Amino acid sequence: MNIDKDLLNKIAHLARLEFDESTAEEMMADMTKILTWVEKLNELDTDNVEPLTTMSHEVNVLREDEVKPHLSHERALKNAPKKDSDYFRVPKVLE
Amino acid sequence: MEPYTSLNLIREDLKSGKITCCELVEYYLKNIEDHKYLNAFLEVYTEEAQETAKKVDVKIKEGTAGPLAGLVVSIKDVLCHLDHGLQASSKILEGFQSQFNGTAVQRLIDADAIIIGRTNCDEFAMGSSNENSAFGPVLNAIDNERVPGGSSGGAAVSVQADMCLVALGSDTGGSVRQPAAFCGVIGLKPTYSRISRHGLMAYASSFDCIGLLAKNVDSIAATLEVIAGKDDYDSTVSQKPVPHYSQNLTPDSEYKIAYIRETMEAEGINEEVKAKTVEAIEKLKSNGHQVDAVDFPLLDYLLATYYILTTAEASSNLSRYDGVKYGFRSPHTHDLESMYKKSRSEGFGHEVKTRIMLGTFVLSASYYDAYYTKAQKVRRMIRDETKKILSKYDFIVLPTSPTTAFKLGEHSEDPLEMYLADLFTVQSSVSGLPTISIPNGKDNGGLPIGLQIVSDDFQEEKILAFSNYLINLN
Repeated sequence: MNIDKDLLNKIAHLARLEFDESTAEEMMADMTKILTWVEKLNELDTDNVEPLTTMSHEVNVLREDEVKPHLSHERALKNAPKKDSDYFRVPKVLE
Repeated sequence: MEPYTSLNLIREDLKSGKITCCELVEYYLKNIEDHKYLNAFLEVYTEEAQETAKKVDVKIKEGTAGPLAGLVVSIKDVLCHLDHGLQASSKILEGFQSQFNGTAVQRLIDADAIIIGRTNCDEFAMGSSNENSAFGPVLNAIDNERVPGGSSGGAAVSVQADMCLVALGSDTGGSVRQPAAFCGVIGLKPTYSRISRHGLMAYASSFDCIGLLAKNVDSIAATLEVIAGKDDYDSTVSQKPVPHYSQNLTPDSEYKIAYIRETMEAEGINEEVKAKTVEAIEKLKSNGHQVDAVDFPLLDYLLATYYILTTAEASSNLSRYDGVKYGFRSPHTHDLESMYKKSRSEGFGHEVKTRIMLGTFVLSASYYDAYYTKAQKVRRMIRDETKKILSKYDFIVLPTSPTTAFKLGEHSEDPLEMYLADLFTVQSSVSGLPTISIPNGKDNGGLPIGLQIVSDDFQEEKILAFSNYLINLN
């Protein structure tokens, strides 16, 4: 799989990352190399194999739904880069 | 003070009054200070450890001490520890402090273990050399020009250089076992879901395991039996009862052991690593155990399967680092989208970005089936084939890493070269099986070599008993 500039930009947008001129070349080269390497899996016939989607031995063991104290406002906001007394602050979304 | 390797011995000496927890803590703190240049610790909790030691000493006198009294432990910088720093060695979590204790950490504290500090690692546990850390590399104490392995490099060195008795690390594709091998210590990755992942920062959720490092099996067994087991805060954790591992370290008289032919013929396996593995096999045979070569033709497909699935899971798990709720927010932003993009691009290191990009690619609509679903299918084949071997044998043995510790910077140019360091560890990770790495001699340059022992699901008890036996077999 060859990762060109267009595909790189598309994937980067989905991942909310960006690459400038100096880093884009290296990322394209690394991705192309690694994806070509993982395509080795195409040598295997997997037609009659079901995908393995969970590794847990027991599925969804849920605790009782009891009301308990949760993370306090103060603790939840403690690490925020920008906040006011009640909310996380982000740049304006709606004009 | 003589270096301790056994928690049993520490307990005896605490009981008899030969030592106190306060003295133990001072001993480790001095070693940490003397080995600062190894860069194993990101933060040392000096005063807190001293305070806890005092309290535990009182409890010991009163006879109310918990099961891990006397255990001084380090925790990898991926485990949540209330009101303590946590960054996964990444710039993107600058200044972050945990708002709660993860389950394993809580259980350590409740059992009267003393947490001495948090250890350096590869950023978000992605790497095999501990060179991908925002805080700089960790040095191998045996040869300071060489890496300690990764991603739990700081954890391995904290045990290697006697800066604590036990280290908690995390193992997604070998991140406890490979550094254990490079540093000459023991590293256990338990069965997937044996230890709760609540409070373990997520990298690849269907692979991630908390793992343990120490120089002695009894120390690992005693710690594992405290931190493993069911937990209200992890719906995927196993409900199976936890055996008293430390009470059951007596080996069987005869084992059936398999080794994989392809691992010994793998391209890139170092001759000395191979020779030591053969030596271990011969030693087992001469002690009356059955050891057979078996075929595992899927060996060549392990790493590809591992990297497709883990990058996919990582791209999803790491989407939470967006500069909104915690950690680093780029000052160069003008709207919401640029805040996300700039914060993430400036906050993450190169390897983490590479894996997020690969994961996003394999999960994108046009490529999902060709890469992601394909790898999930191969994962089933790998697990089934591996479990088939383990239905006929007690264990599979194989080298932990194809080489011994390499030099700093040696594999930094080509990501694929670095990925090959995980060739022998990912089989258990892809299959979810418990695996230990134990020291298996040294190469001509004096660098440690590791040997892995793999068993079927939830047979940690058997692995620990056998490891204890094999380590002491001369």
